[in-house]
Amino acid sequence: MSTAEELRSRAKRRSLTIQAAIVALTVLAVWGAVSNAQYNLTRLNMTSGFSFLERDTGWDYSFSLIERSIDDRYYYTLFIGLLNTLFVGFICIITTTFFGFIVGTLRDARHPALSFAANVYVQIFRNIPLILQAIFLYAMLIHLGGPRQAINIADVAFLSGRGLMLPGLNVSPSGAVGLLLASAAIGIGFVIAQVSLWRGLAIWFGSTVGVAVLAALVLRPEGEGLLTIPALTGLRFTGGISVPIELLALIVSITLYGSAYIAEIVRGGLAQVPRGLVEAGQALGMSRVSIWSRIKVPMALRSIIPPLGNQWIFMMKATTIGIAIGFSDLFYITVNSISQSGQTLELILLLMLTFLAINYSIAFFTNWLNARLQLKEH
Amino acid sequence: MAITDITPPSQFTEARKRFVRHGFGSPQASFISVLVFAVLAYIAWKFLGWAVFRAVWSKENADLCDGHGACWSVIDARHRLILFGTYPYDEHWRSTLAAIAIVVTVLLSCLPAMWNATRLAVLWIVGFAAYYLLMEGSLLGLQQVTTDGWGGLSLTLFLFAAVVLLGMPMGLGLALMRRSQMPVVRWFAVIIIDTIRSLPLVTTLFTAAVVVPLFLPTWLEGDKIWRVIFGFALFFAAYQAEVFRGGFQAIPKGQFEAGKALGISYWCILGRIVLPQVFRHVLPSTINMVVVTFKETAIVTIIGFFDILASGKTAFGTAEWAPYYIEVFLFVAAIYWIFIFSLGQYGEYLKGRMAISEH
Repeated sequence: MSTAEELRSRAKRRSLTIQAAIVALTVLAVWGAVSNAQYNLTRLNMTSGFSFLERDTGWDYSFSLIERSIDDRYYYTLFIGLLNTLFVGFICIITTTFFGFIVGTLRDARHPALSFAANVYVQIFRNIPLILQAIFLYAMLIHLGGPRQAINIADVAFLSGRGLMLPGLNVSPSGAVGLLLASAAIGIGFVIAQVSLWRGLAIWFGSTVGVAVLAALVLRPEGEGLLTIPALTGLRFTGGISVPIELLALIVSITLYGSAYIAEIVRGGLAQVPRGLVEAGQALGMSRVSIWSRIKVPMALRSIIPPLGNQWIFMMKATTIGIAIGFSDLFYITVNSISQSGQTLELILLLMLTFLAINYSIAFFTNWLNARLQLKEH
Repeated sequence: MAITDITPPSQFTEARKRFVRHGFGSPQASFISVLVFAVLAYIAWKFLGWAVFRAVWSKENADLCDGHGACWSVIDARHRLILFGTYPYDEHWRSTLAAIAIVVTVLLSCLPAMWNATRLAVLWIVGFAAYYLLMEGSLLGLQQVTTDGWGGLSLTLFLFAAVVLLGMPMGLGLALMRRSQMPVVRWFAVIIIDTIRSLPLVTTLFTAAVVVPLFLPTWLEGDKIWRVIFGFALFFAAYQAEVFRGGFQAIPKGQFEAGKALGISYWCILGRIVLPQVFRHVLPSTINMVVVTFKETAIVTIIGFFDILASGKTAFGTAEWAPYYIEVFLFVAAIYWIFIFSLGQYGEYLKGRMAISEH
């Protein structure tokens, strides 16, 4: 046997040994962990398995989009937690992307006052931990007075320590959930149908409003108006949609923090658009707005989408700080379930799998979007 | 000679010219400038009026607080609690020194003279050891304070330093494993990195604090704080591994091959040729990760640690100081902001510096 071959086979043997050792160590660690867990569980008199999902919970929590009671089963309560997380996550994805694009565009502006103001905003909100902003905001909201001292916003919305009262469509909570899903479905439909960006956004917005009005026409209670507007009667508000302060604090703080981050992403993307393209637009006599919407944004999107997708995933994960201010997101519900039922391992496993699924869905979506937006090379 | 007259215009003059041209070049632009600056000035004036001009500063004057101005008396009275948590009162000097040790370590690692793996490693281990010896105390013959007693800003800095110190080699290890030729090693790294990155940090920390003890025999359990630090370091490592991966991708493959052709061993190629370039390349992103880590340490308050956020909440927890929660939150936010903003600005400066040296 020649030396070269000998060396090669020795290298191969070594590589196999290392890999076998890793597999063996992993198996050993998992086996050790499992047997320890079994020992600990029997010592603590806990049963394992998922049968607890059928049991009643017997405890209450702060927020749910759909009907709930303390007699709900565990799987239903966990589902509500998931719904809350997705709800806050999607709202924050939309608000942060919207404000992020505005602030990022201002950051990119040549006008010194606008870029300065946007910079101040970004530097303040990006450099303070999100959880601190959420707790701070929550503390400020909770110190607002009762409904009688509510801050009146143009007689249609009221902000008090009990929550934000908003005018809204006269539909039941489940009807509202259905509307949100319909809106999301319409949006995804337009993305799949490859309608161009701005037209797609416009039609999406229009059709969402249309569907909402239609739904309200059909679903509103007998003899009531299309909209429900909050009004102070006695010591409390009637009518309108009530947004609890936990939800409000969570959404506003994630929006402030997240849009500062997205603004930086957008600014970076806009700055990368070659000057020649902008100048070509100017030479063609395009207005500043159409240069922005027809040249800069479509070009910038290609470098914006990948980090933007990461930011969206971050937003979904950030909803877990809801536990710090008592918002019943999935993590809050899971932690509560653990302390009440003791099914630690099963619940943590469910939580992890759910987040893996959410993140891979978003990653899949942004990868797909990114592939679609890439310049078609001929 | 005429040529000496051609001096570059000063940066300041250029900036002023640009400011006037873009900010006041047209009536609309001037209008926007005046409007925006007026609004900003109004907000700043209102804030300063509350926070400075009408504020009460000392705890002796706390009865003068009337709600029209900031009541900084609460900071005067409770700053020790916010900064040191439940650390024994007479030993606060140790906590101060320990915090300074961490800050000095961070500052020193910003100097280009320190950019060398050995020096950085020595610096951080020394800084961290100094912190631990001072805080724990028993090895220096001082009164022993166990980790349960640590709190406030010192605890935040400790978590930060421990996570970076532990997470950096773990991140490098994961990145190397991910590049490995051996499929089992590669997949091992991929699964760990992707799982940790998909989970919210608070889930990882909660698992480390509450769930992991179920899996471990009692002798391996360790202190809660060390389990949480390990979980946090894993989080740091999973992200940092991706940063390193970007750095490795920037190194031309030919360098490895040249090294191999010369018969240099794998570890020698790595340590002497590749890693020095990778470190230089990933520096800006690494600083970004360090900034994120500092910010995310605030999460530990959820799983029951007495960091600066939790101690701040305790500071206005008494009936006397309860109305002045805004002052306390602003104080804590300002501390975070100063650390995070300066580190972030330093990262920006480095990025600019490297962009220049690249040409």
